[in-house]
Amino acid sequence: MTIESIAQAAFLVAALLFILALAGLSKHETAKAGNTYGIAGMAVALVATIALAIDRNIESLGLILIGVAMVVGAAIGLWRARVVEMTGMPELIALLHSFVGLAAVLVGWNGYLLVEGGGSPEEIALLTAEGTLGIHSVEVFVGVFIGAVTFTGSIVAYGKLSGRFKSNPLVLPGKNVLNIGALVVFLALTVWFVIDPALWLLVAVTIIALALGWHLVASIGGGDMPVVVSMLNSYSGWAAAAAGFLLGNDLLIVTGALVGSSGAYLSYIMCKAMNRSFISVIAGGFGIEAGPGEDKDYGDHREVTAVETAELLRNAKSVIITPGYGMAVAQAQYGVADLTRKLRENGTTVRFGIHPVAGRLPGHMNVLLAEAKVPYDIVLEMDEINDDFGDTDVVLVIGANDTVNPAAETDPGSPIAGMPVLRVWNANDVIVFKRSMASGYAGVQNPLFFNENSAMLFGDAKDRVDDIIRAL
Amino acid sequence: MIIGVLHEALPGETRVSATPATVEKLVELGYGVVIEPGAGTASSFTDEAFVVAGASIGDAADADIVFGINAPSEAQLDRLREGATVISLVSPALNPDLVADLARRRITALAMDAVPRISRAQSLDVLSSMANIAGYRAVIEAANAFGRFFTGQITAAGKVPPAKVLVAGVGVAGLAAIGTAGGMGAIVYATDPRPEVADQVVSLGGTYLEVAAADVEVSTTGYAKEMSDDYNARAAALYAKWAPEIDILITTALIPGRAAPILITAEMVANMKRGSVIVDMAAANGGNVEGTVKGEVVVTANGVTIIGYTDLPGRLAAQASQLFSTNLVNLMKLMTPGKDGVLVIDWDDVVQRGITVSRDGEVTWPPPAVQVSAAPTQAVAEQVVAEASPAKAPMTTARRFTYVGSGAAILLLLVAASPPSFRVHLTVFVLAIVIGNYVIGSVHHALHTPLMSVTNAISGIIIVGALLQIGHGNAVITVLAFVAVLIASINVFGGFAVTRRMLSMFSRS
Repeated sequence: MTIESIAQAAFLVAALLFILALAGLSKHETAKAGNTYGIAGMAVALVATIALAIDRNIESLGLILIGVAMVVGAAIGLWRARVVEMTGMPELIALLHSFVGLAAVLVGWNGYLLVEGGGSPEEIALLTAEGTLGIHSVEVFVGVFIGAVTFTGSIVAYGKLSGRFKSNPLVLPGKNVLNIGALVVFLALTVWFVIDPALWLLVAVTIIALALGWHLVASIGGGDMPVVVSMLNSYSGWAAAAAGFLLGNDLLIVTGALVGSSGAYLSYIMCKAMNRSFISVIAGGFGIEAGPGEDKDYGDHREVTAVETAELLRNAKSVIITPGYGMAVAQAQYGVADLTRKLRENGTTVRFGIHPVAGRLPGHMNVLLAEAKVPYDIVLEMDEINDDFGDTDVVLVIGANDTVNPAAETDPGSPIAGMPVLRVWNANDVIVFKRSMASGYAGVQNPLFFNENSAMLFGDAKDRVDDIIRAL
Repeated sequence: MIIGVLHEALPGETRVSATPATVEKLVELGYGVVIEPGAGTASSFTDEAFVVAGASIGDAADADIVFGINAPSEAQLDRLREGATVISLVSPALNPDLVADLARRRITALAMDAVPRISRAQSLDVLSSMANIAGYRAVIEAANAFGRFFTGQITAAGKVPPAKVLVAGVGVAGLAAIGTAGGMGAIVYATDPRPEVADQVVSLGGTYLEVAAADVEVSTTGYAKEMSDDYNARAAALYAKWAPEIDILITTALIPGRAAPILITAEMVANMKRGSVIVDMAAANGGNVEGTVKGEVVVTANGVTIIGYTDLPGRLAAQASQLFSTNLVNLMKLMTPGKDGVLVIDWDDVVQRGITVSRDGEVTWPPPAVQVSAAPTQAVAEQVVAEASPAKAPMTTARRFTYVGSGAAILLLLVAASPPSFRVHLTVFVLAIVIGNYVIGSVHHALHTPLMSVTNAISGIIIVGALLQIGHGNAVITVLAFVAVLIASINVFGGFAVTRRMLSMFSRS
């Protein structure tokens, strides 16, 4: 048993612990244990790696640098994790993705400097003997490419989510040609690089990938962010896996593949929830193709006051609340939670119906409601609750629009036709909290607002919810 | 512009077309409001309350716009200015002389009872709001005349059976009556030629009695129409069967612009139980019951009380005034696009066109027909949806095999062509993807955000790569690796910490 073999065994244990971590997250009851498994796995991996580094005669300066980097990184990470608002979760996650991307780029560059760049003659000799020098070059390229796309893509996503960049899609002429062109150039450069591993090729591919990541996410609008964030999650995994191939490290490969497929699966769920293909989301431009160009007369909407809503709620036996991104923007989740508590004390059945793409992150609404101490067993997903609207007295639509649009089911010409939506209109009364009559992210007018059993409660969602609580 | 609110001239009218609350809204729209002295007294609104709300007390006849519940009387019309706008009930179909008179006087008349029945115009529809009140009041009148409880009770003094109520005609008034009677504990039955109202009856706790007939009516105007003889015969059989069973009968069958149909014959009334009560809400138009006397209460020889009040909404004067005047405010909102106190009639708007019965000296009644019923268009939409959906047919087995087979072949070639060390990594990679898919697939939707942050943390495992690159003599490599370790540590520690924080927030009730 050498340090090397023990480290390999430790990596396997760490990989299994990571799988346990993800499996644990499948249920609320086991989720905390899952997180602990993840931490344990990471600890095992880190200890083994540092032992391995010492075994490989790392300079003492290197060891100090590792200590400094990890302490500083840990301090920053723990601080961010402690202060982040739950409404700011999407930004934080996007930012974290960008770090993985950047790390993958740096590891890739190091891989080049070490081997193709001539940093370590023994490595070259080893790889040449195995006949895998070409594969190593491909690995460097792929790792750097995915990492760089993840990096800038996540930065843009972070900017859009935090409001630093405009969230409407950037439309460059021939944007799909640009994207595909970048991929083609990447493939061509890869072949070239395998034949002649020159530094400028690596620089070129890094720049192209950075530009591609930027453009890819910049041309996707704010409402598609759940897909983008989970897509970037996937990319960050693939970037880690590519680094694993580069370094011949199975732990990185396993972990990267787990994260990659996890992100891909989430993207798939999000796309299904919008009845759109992954390609169409990535190609961007939801609002553009559709266009709000219809001047259909939907009739008049009816307004309602907070006091009237309170009256309605007092007499209701069952209430469903369907929150959307607007609730997060208005920070209304605490008020909503208070309202829920009040109503439940009165014996009213209160449940939440969450559309899969509500918010800017998969599961965003759940986290917000959990933060405000709404019990998770009354927070249901769309499929669990969609048949119950018919038996419901009052539905409160708080900051949601496209996810409750009946046009998705009734109007085949609508841009959101076929998207599964919460059938709130089956309830006796629907109260829509909205700042104005402006249409939702998809730019589609919502016939729900003009239904006879719908009423609009205009104003800031937080203020209105507080008004209702006072009136109760 | 000034809005004048008439003191109703019709004897027995208790309602008023503005309340202090609506005066405030009219003032907000930019209008001045003049109330005739004592106009609101019968609805419990004092002149002082109107003044506090921003109105002045004076002669409404000088105003540019005149509000009334009923159309102004001859005497009131004589005092109006030429070119004034009158907004009130008009019943243009029943009062062609009045409409002609209004036109002759060059008065623009807006008939609140001519609002088309489209959902957009619901907020203006005084017939609905009055019918709602009337339906409620009909039940109250019936309860007043009925010598028993509505609700069934078992008391120490014996068992009380619940009253049985039959509502004929399920419009707004009928629905209100069903709701009220049900709320008081009665067993409620209801019947109507339009089968689509069955759900509404059930939703209010009533039982829908279907008249089995060939011609099912799908309403295109939102109102009922006259039925065929065959239908009427079957309906009569239904009423004849139920008449001896029920305690309370409320009839609401009205066909716009015609005399009300006779649903209940004298013979059926004679078969009813002693002490039963009939409220004939169609009394104003002749009544649905043989023996109804307009505006009176009569008791038949067999002790059945027939109530023929025509002023049911007015018997809830304050409530009726409030709803009626709110409808007027909604109309003014629609017709005051600038919120500047200037009334503008949009001739292209079906609602505004529909209610205008005279303008510029011409009779503009009846308006062009408006199709309002939602039923046919819905059917079309459903059909199209049905056509559009089969695009997503499930993959056939053959196709699935083809996909899986070709994927396997490509992978096989790829792996076979690669060197041994790469092959091992590739194996690990592929199997890890498969495991990942199965593990993630079972994650609860609510935990997707923690899932993302935990995967984020573990993708910080890339730190392992950087750790092994650092400190092996090459300065550039060491610097790059240092940065990589630093940012990857942010991921590792931040990701796990934030996941922990989130998970600790989830709690059961």
